[in-house]
Amino acid sequence: MTATLGEILKIILLVLLIVCAVSVNFTKTLLQAVIIFMSYSSVMCILWILMESPDLAITEAAVGAGISGTLFLMTLRRIEAENMRRRETEDPGQEE
Amino acid sequence: MNEKFRKWLEGEGDLLEHVSDTEEKPYSSREEIKHEVKRINDRVGVMSQGRHLIRAERRGFYALYRIVAVVSCVFLIGVLLFTIANLPRYGEENPRATEVTRRYVEKGIEETGAVNIVSGMILDYRAFDTLGESHVLFTALICVMILLRMDKKNMRHGYEDFYTIRDEKYFDISRDSIMRTVGLILIPCIFLYGIYVLLNGQNSPGGGFSGGAVMGAGLIIFASSFGFKSVDRVLPGRRISFITLAALSFYSFAKGYVFFTGANGIPNHIPKGVPGAILSGGLILPLDIAVGIVVCCTMYGFYSLFKRGNNGSD
Repeated sequence: MTATLGEILKIILLVLLIVCAVSVNFTKTLLQAVIIFMSYSSVMCILWILMESPDLAITEAAVGAGISGTLFLMTLRRIEAENMRRRETEDPGQEE
Repeated sequence: MNEKFRKWLEGEGDLLEHVSDTEEKPYSSREEIKHEVKRINDRVGVMSQGRHLIRAERRGFYALYRIVAVVSCVFLIGVLLFTIANLPRYGEENPRATEVTRRYVEKGIEETGAVNIVSGMILDYRAFDTLGESHVLFTALICVMILLRMDKKNMRHGYEDFYTIRDEKYFDISRDSIMRTVGLILIPCIFLYGIYVLLNGQNSPGGGFSGGAVMGAGLIIFASSFGFKSVDRVLPGRRISFITLAALSFYSFAKGYVFFTGANGIPNHIPKGVPGAILSGGLILPLDIAVGIVVCCTMYGFYSLFKRGNNGSD
């Protein structure tokens, strides 16, 4: 049984999807998590095209990779997550 | 004259040489010294033991936390995999759901006038669902605005300057020349694509939601590269609500007419048009435009809540 090029691409993308989903849990900062979330959406968008549903692909690209990522980034900026992290690294708390 | 004082005058010694601040009681015996050492050791021991206990407790809590997290994740993964294993294979005909699908595929173009079956489905067969979705979006926007909106009425006194300064610091990205140049090139393309997707919903992939989302993203890029003020000239907050409300009312009334006539067997007078033309598909195009406007305004409305202070009315 020989796998076609499209199937190999599909498998690679699916593995990438799982890698993205797992690696969100192991990120140190929220900014990295948001970026990985956006890349997850981009991979999902290609997968929708491969599954022949371009309607969903357009929506996923616009909403998942674009708007919700932007909103997350704006929220991080609003709550000053970067400053908080810097303060934490300067003053290592009770956690080892 | 005192001998000591004379020495001090001559600079030979300190007057307060033998006077210490705290008068220590000299230990009189070995027993007493032993007792004191034991007391100090006990206190140190208790303290270190306590810290040890706290650390162990915390470690135990984290271990428990991790175990519970892993177990619940594995359980969830198992349930999902079990469900997926019971699904029919991808692309295979599913005898349980084939009836409706066949109807959509075979008679969709004839009954709805839309070449894109998905559009025909969501805006004709299942238009009631889409109506509900649009209302959910609008309600979400209204709720978030009620909770997060900050204008002069509900801002705490004396904080106006704080917000102004903070937002000038945060949104000075709009003076960035890279952002402006990229925006200048990208924004027309994004809007053109969004409008294309929106208007061609019945003929090609896309439709109200996708087109509206693309246009909302374009508005967000516009706002972040040229500042909120330039968007406010076109779309002030009050106008956003007004346009959204108008689109939603149009959707409700147009679809209500179709529901009413359809339920009572009255023929409605909406021409289906030639499948494939832009003006085809009966109500699908206007409904697409309405949904697109709602989605676009909602997306931009969420983004505009990050703007400082006087959002909307003034």
